[in-house]
Amino acid sequence: MKNCLEGSNAVALMVNMCRPAVVSAYPITPQTHIVEDLSKFKSDGSATFEFVRADSEFAAASIVLGSSASGVRSYTATSSQGLLLMTEVVFTIAGMRLPVVMTVANRAVSGPINIWNDQQDAMTVRDSGWIMLFAETNQEAADLHISAFKIAELTRIPVMVNMDGFVLTHTYEPVEMPSAEMVKKYLPEYKPAAGQFLDTSDPKSLGTFATPEDYIDIRKDLFDDLASSKTVIKKEFISFKKYFGRGGGLVEYYGDKNAKTVFVSMGSVIGTIKDTVDELNEQGEKAAVVKVKCFRPFPVDEIVKVLNKAKNIAVIDKSVSLGQQGILALELKAAMQGASKVNITSVVAGLGGRDITRKDLHKVYIQVQKIGKKVLFLN
Amino acid sequence: MKKNLAVEPGSTKKVKTGDWRIFVPIIDHDKCIACGTCARVCPEGCVFAVGDQALQGKVFYEKDLDYCKGCGICAEECPVKCIKMELEEK
Repeated sequence: MKNCLEGSNAVALMVNMCRPAVVSAYPITPQTHIVEDLSKFKSDGSATFEFVRADSEFAAASIVLGSSASGVRSYTATSSQGLLLMTEVVFTIAGMRLPVVMTVANRAVSGPINIWNDQQDAMTVRDSGWIMLFAETNQEAADLHISAFKIAELTRIPVMVNMDGFVLTHTYEPVEMPSAEMVKKYLPEYKPAAGQFLDTSDPKSLGTFATPEDYIDIRKDLFDDLASSKTVIKKEFISFKKYFGRGGGLVEYYGDKNAKTVFVSMGSVIGTIKDTVDELNEQGEKAAVVKVKCFRPFPVDEIVKVLNKAKNIAVIDKSVSLGQQGILALELKAAMQGASKVNITSVVAGLGGRDITRKDLHKVYIQVQKIGKKVLFLN
Repeated sequence: MKKNLAVEPGSTKKVKTGDWRIFVPIIDHDKCIACGTCARVCPEGCVFAVGDQALQGKVFYEKDLDYCKGCGICAEECPVKCIKMELEEK
């Protein structure tokens, strides 16, 4: 049965069904309704986790680092400046190979102060070693959490589920929620690897110091494991679809099969782009859109495969590497290098919550077919 | 994941960190007044009384070079300046 749910509420309900042992969060701005709802479940007696209120996002991240190190399923959520304050711990969680799951309600970062949606927060920590998934709809955001716990615990790499702030977190959509029993059957209890967690009966030290002799090898391990986690994610998406009857791949293609001009983006804007593509196809244009659902590890082969017929690519980025271009655009250019002579334009749009409309996208569709500007700002 | 990131406890004792050192403290036992300041200020806790009393009735202080990083705080704080930091040839 479908319920009309607010994005944050859907995620909170789903996270509760995933049965984390510890949830920690900083309870005020820049927080979401996700942890507010989770704390409500706790006070209502419908949750079994320990809810630890932290005095900052830095502390919240540190608390889930600690609880995960003690071998239990741990969850937190954050947004914008909160994620930036967590940055140091975000890197450490990945470096320590702790399977924490975190939702990031993607929002702009200061300055100027802005609370609306873009993806600059998450994209800024893209090199931290987390698996990064981006949701298009509330349904996908909720569903990705089940997969996130599974993937994190299998690979021992933390997973960040990204959902656009406000556009998804504060918006109501029909969402199909599974029963708690179904989720329990699909996502078993978390059992950490023996001797790899803090245990008073078998003491270990985690997060220790590494000299130049070991450091680069440990980083290379994480590099290799993050790259090969792609196989695990792919398998998980397939088994999720089999069990729950919905979902997709790392990369999803929508539109004309032989499209010459293709949009590439992540997150909720995909919905608007799909509508635009429909309109363009109705007018006889050969347009399509590629949704990148898994940003880290970056699915290079899958992207090259779906874009090999494209002549022009418009990469719609809700973030920018200042002094360079849109971040997803850079990734696309790196992926396509040597594979195709496609013309890729970086389109930076929607920063700080500026609407990206179908009208804008129709203009982009025409503009990217003329080779010229490397970076196009929709402002 | 090839490297095991979980280590047995007590690694700070097992892993000798003294090889970071560039300067090594040399204690002049004749000048030493056995006040124990060096032992109290050592951030590594690797300066200690050896227990044997010298002829003058003083307690000798020695350092554990396995962990001494040569920070020189003992030499700086010594009230009679009987500790010298010397460049260590390795």
